[in-house]
Order: sequence, then C-alpha cells, then structure tokens
Amino acid sequence: MTATIDVPVAASRPVPVLRGYRFELVKLVSQWRVRALLLAAWIGPTVVVVAIHQQGTLPADTVFGRWMHATGWAGPLVALGFAGTWALPLLTSVVAGDVFAAEDRLGTWCHLLVAMRSPRRIFLGKALASLTVIGLLVAGLACSSAVAGLLAVGDQPLTGLDGHVLASADAGRAVLLAWICALAPTLALAAIGLLGSVTMGRSPMGLLLPAVVAFGMQVAQILPLPVAVRLALPGYAFLAWRGLFTSPAQLGPLLVGIVVSLLWAVLATVAAYRVFLRRDFTTAHDGSGRRAFTAGVLPLATLLALTVAVLGAATPASGSGIDQSKLQRSLATAFAHLYRAQTQELHRPDVTEAQLQTSATCTKGDGLVANSGPGSGWRCVVSWHLPGTSAVGNATYQLDVTADGRYVADGDGPRAVNGYFMVRTPSGDAPNPLWRFDGIVDLLASTGRG
Amino acid sequence: MGASLTVRARGITKCFGEVVALDAVDLDVTPGRIHGLVGPNGAGKTTLLGLLLGLAVADRGSLEILGVPVGRTLSAPDGVAGFVDGPGLYPSLTARANLAALAALRGRDARTAGVDDVLHEVGLTDVADDRVRGFSLGMRQRLGLAAALLTRPRLLVLDEPTNGLDPAGQHHMHRVLARLAAEGAAVVLSSHRMDDVGALCSEVTLLRTGRVVFSGSVEKLRAESGDLEYRLVTTAPDVARRLALDAPDLHVLDDRPGGLRAAVDPEVGPRAAGDALVVRASVAALDDLVVRLVGWGVALRELTPVISPLETAFLALTEQQDDVREQREGAR
Repeated sequence: MTATIDVPVAASRPVPVLRGYRFELVKLVSQWRVRALLLAAWIGPTVVVVAIHQQGTLPADTVFGRWMHATGWAGPLVALGFAGTWALPLLTSVVAGDVFAAEDRLGTWCHLLVAMRSPRRIFLGKALASLTVIGLLVAGLACSSAVAGLLAVGDQPLTGLDGHVLASADAGRAVLLAWICALAPTLALAAIGLLGSVTMGRSPMGLLLPAVVAFGMQVAQILPLPVAVRLALPGYAFLAWRGLFTSPAQLGPLLVGIVVSLLWAVLATVAAYRVFLRRDFTTAHDGSGRRAFTAGVLPLATLLALTVAVLGAATPASGSGIDQSKLQRSLATAFAHLYRAQTQELHRPDVTEAQLQTSATCTKGDGLVANSGPGSGWRCVVSWHLPGTSAVGNATYQLDVTADGRYVADGDGPRAVNGYFMVRTPSGDAPNPLWRFDGIVDLLASTGRG
Repeated sequence: MGASLTVRARGITKCFGEVVALDAVDLDVTPGRIHGLVGPNGAGKTTLLGLLLGLAVADRGSLEILGVPVGRTLSAPDGVAGFVDGPGLYPSLTARANLAALAALRGRDARTAGVDDVLHEVGLTDVADDRVRGFSLGMRQRLGLAAALLTRPRLLVLDEPTNGLDPAGQHHMHRVLARLAAEGAAVVLSSHRMDDVGALCSEVTLLRTGRVVFSGSVEKLRAESGDLEYRLVTTAPDVARRLALDAPDLHVLDDRPGGLRAAVDPEVGPRAAGDALVVRASVAALDDLVVRLVGWGVALRELTPVISPLETAFLALTEQQDDVREQREGAR
C-alpha cells in the first residue's frame, strides 16, 4: 500500500487572510442581532446619559455617578463602569462566543473549508472579524456616552477619586485612556468566547462562557479575596482604570490588570487555535466536556495559579490590600482636595493642601475587629488646621469600603462642613463636595502609602 | 493512465476511532464523466467525498486529485468544488450575497464573477435577492450547486444533490451536471436514488461498509442485476396468468390479482389491483412470454420492472435483497 499523504501540497492555494476577514465580517454584520447590538452600543449610552441629565436623581452608587450633573466627562466613566460589569461580557458573548459555533449550527463548516482552503486562515479571519465588531461596540459605547455627556452637560473639569480636579483636557485624556485600558480585559473575554465557541460547538455553554466567566469574576471582586488573587483575575482591569483618576495615578494595579488580561487573551486564543486545528470538520460538533477541560480550563487555571504566585511574591501588599493606614492617607488626601473645592464654592480665601495638614484616624467596628479589610464599619475622623489659626477642625465620616479598594465616605458632621448635602454660598445653595464622596485605596501600595 | 485521471485513489483507508469508515478503497474518476457513488447508509460515501473536498485526510493510501498528490493539510486543491451534508449557506444573506461573498473570497468582483449567470443556470434568478433563511431544501441545493459552479470547477463533488428537489429542480440539476461533464469537468456525486444514477452517471462505484464492492460502467452494473421482477397489465389477466404459469424459466410471484404486491407495497397495491401480474424472469424468458401473449391475442398495456435493474443490482451487491424478500414474506 502506498502512503503518500506526507507529500506537501502544491496545488492548494488558501484564500488570503484579508479576504477571509472580509468574508467573516460580512457574515457577522449581516446578522440582525449583531446589527442590533451595534445600534444599541452607539445609541444606548446617549439615551441613558441624556435621560439622567433630564432627571434629578443621580446614579450615586456608581463611580463618578454623583458628578454626572457637574461635568460631561462623568457620563463616559459611568458608562465604562456599567460596560465592564454587564455590557462588555454580554456583547463579547454574542459576538466572539458565537463566531465558530454559528458554523456548527448552520452546518457550514464544509462549505467554509472548501472555500477558504485553510483552517488556520479561517481561524484568523474569524478572530479578527469578531475583534473588529467588538472594537466597534466598545468604540460605540465610549463615543456615544462621551458625546452625549459633553453635549448635555459640557466639558467642565472633573473631580477625581482623590478629590483633585482634572482640567477638562486632562479629564478627556484620562477618559480616553480608561476606555483604552478596558480593551485589555475585553480582549481576554473575547478570547475566552473564542475558546468556548471552538470547544463547545453548538452547545449553548459556548455562547454563554464569557458572560459566565465575567459574572464569576464580578462575584470574585465582591468577595474579600487576597489582593494577589484579585489582581490575577482578568476582570480586575475593568476596575483598575479608576487609578487613572488620582494624583499621582495608581498605575501599579492598572498595569498588572492589563498585563494579566493580555496574558489571558493570548493563552485562551492559542488554546482555541489548537483545539480548532484538531477538530473534525465532517461531523457535527456538540462540544466535549473533557476537551473543554484539558484545552481550556486547565491552561487558564494554571495561568491563574502562576499569576497568583508571582503577584504574591513580587508585590508588597498582603491580605486584602486594604488597611488602616492606607485608608487614613487616602481619606485625608481626598478631604484636603475637596475642602479646597468647598472653600472656592463658599468664596473664601483659597488654601493649599499643605496649609491644611490634613490627617485622618480610622477604626473599624469600634475597635472590636481588626482595622483592615473591606466593610461598612469604618469610622474616620479627619483633622485639619484652619489657615491663620492654631485651631484644628474635625469632621467625621462613615466609610463603606468595598473589596476592590473603592470606598464611599459619608459625612457625619459637623453640619457646616460635611453633615449636609448642600452648602449655603453667596449665590445660593450648592452641592456640598465634602458631604459624600468616592475614594480609592491603592491595593498594591505598601502599608503607609495611600 | 493515472495522469489523465481527475481522481486517482489507491488503498484509501480512513478510521474514526475504532470505526473503519473506508477500507482500502480504490477510485478512478475520468474527466468529462459523471461518477456515481452509491451504497447503503454508513457505507462511507460521505467520508470519501469529504476526502475529495479536503475536509479530512486519509489515514493510509494515496490520493491524487487533478494530478496532484493530496497532503496531510485540510484543504481542497484548486479546481475542486462541491458540498457534503448539504450545501453550506448563510441564512442571513440573500442568495446573491452568498454568491457575491464567495466570489469576493476568491478575489473576484461579484459583478464580473458570473453570479447572475449561475443563478440563472440553476433557476434561482427570481429569488436572487431573497434571504436564504426562507429557502426550501431544494432551493438550497440549487444555490449550493450555483456556489460550486461559481468557482468553475474541474472536479465537482456533490453529496445527494437531488435531495429535496422537485421535478423542475431535478431537471435543472441534471442539465447543469451534464453540461459540466460535456465541458470536460469530472463530477462525483453520491445518491440514494438509482434513477438519478441511471440517468446521470456513466460510471459507478458501489460501497458497502467502507469497501468497494463494484466499480465500473452503469451498463456493467445493470448487467449484475440478474433476473428482474416485472409487472404486467394485460387485457386478459386470467389468460396472462395461465400463460405465465406455463412458461419455462419464469416465476409468478403473485397468483391472484393484486395479492402479493398489494400486501408488500402499498404504493404498488392500488395500481396492481385487479389486472396486474408480477413475475420474476430473465429478459429472454420475458420476451418469450410477451410473444405468447401476443399469440393468444392478449394486448399488453403495461410492462415495467418492479425494481429497476440498477436498484436490483444495488440490492444484490449490498446483500440487501434477501432482507427485502424476508420483509415481503413477513408481510405476506
């Protein structure tokens, strides 16, 4: 028996990747659900931002939500927070999670392989086409919310998460950078979607995988996990962009989050590629639990374990990354910045942060529990020096600190400083910047730095 | 010889786990011919077609397509087109958009690639701008053929191409395939319909459990059929039956009008009722009976094989005839 199957093929010319990419793009965009998603991504945020602008209630539980009436730059950041939690996982599910499974569902693999003549190029075309559509969706969410915010409210300066004020140009740059940073975890979810789509075939789990993974990561971010585990999850970069809105920027967690996300994206894509090249195109593919485990879960779990180990060894932070001294430092800084804002509102003589010499003392659970970790039982007293006098002012805050390092400081008095949501200015009542504000703790900073 | 063949397969073996789908299969396909691939379910037809289309790779053996050895890579050589397991079409695109996307994939402008021509050729011009989502199976088959034609194939591979086609669709399909063959392309098609094979193919390969049990011309296959069963309708059924019973080398299968056939085959039953006579005979014995009927002044209104020669050969070679007979006996 002759065996000539190792002879290299000379007469088969695969279709160039660019044409395959266009072909896949045409197929994706012809689907009504993809068109609907694109439409929703480009119009939905505009509708929401304008609707919020029209009503009195603000989404204060969302980071930057309380500033939506003050500056148009808050709109795209609120949209980014929502997108990272809900929109992007679902969008990547529908696009990347279905891009391979759709061929199984339609029974078109044979047709596609005969037409393209190369499984490798099919994979590349599909991956690039789905990334393009996801990119358009992300761009739509960002542009739509930014344009709507700027048109409805204006490009006023933005108050950062440590109370410092970003000029409108700086705010615009930071908003753009934040959305670009969010591309990294989006890529990771898209790659997980590709992997699910390849390994699960027609099974609905393939389609749902990015959403399930994203939901799992959201749950993980709520739990009081060690900081090394938290940062080793690809979804952390959906939160870490907040560090861009402090001065100095908290770049450590952001860079770690981006690198981790990109590692997940690369590994999941490679795993999907390997599974795809090994599949049998002549039979319907309904997914295999064993293959999904060995090709998908195992490599990603290994990556997670390695990342946790590396971060645990290489970063100075331990435990939850939230401790008393970091919180005190962060709160004192934010208070000082916002005190200046209040001073300006009240048309009082300007003071500097250095003159205020602000400090804070925080305890958790009235001293009955350890002064560390997330929770709503933090109580802080902020002290500052009144310029030109030897008097020291004190203000109390209740802090609700979440496991991702974000906190909401709720003023508890005195009423003239932070105890009431409005302050009386010479031109009438105005929102009190010290009454309630958002802050953030750098999880990776060593104890004593905020 | 091999150099002039469109397909030359020798000792092709393909296994899926422990299942041997193809076992040392040889196949020769000549340019300008329509080659039928027939066999019962699970015989390996689709697997073999998949190898020709580059959808799978043989475990052993050699395969040359259009003079080029097929390698380990999953890819069809240039000049090969077709489909297995139904044509792959995208329901969210129109018929024209499906073909235009395919033409663009090949680097050709949809306007000059002949999209309208192939749509016209398969009779889908009227629905060219309708989404494929609403197409019937027959329309999809025709569009699948149009997609294959768009690449101007030198080897066209089709799996059950007439499935779901109405008579007009079958006519279109036959005409297109005949034209392609006349222009020098080779066509390999699988079919369960022996009438299709008889009408279209000049060569046949018959597979059974992954092995070739027959390969040759349709005429040669027809000759393998041996004695056939015939259905006769005459002006004098009683006389015809008596003459048949007396005839040498002729076996009367039902000795009362409509009895056996009606019991075995509900489709035949109503037509057989009353005047039909079913016999099994060689062609010579049947000729003799006809002469005797005419001699007795009995007019012959209908004389048809109950099962076509090709189908009989198919059943004989795949050893399914005994099963069919057993079913008939059981029904009796």
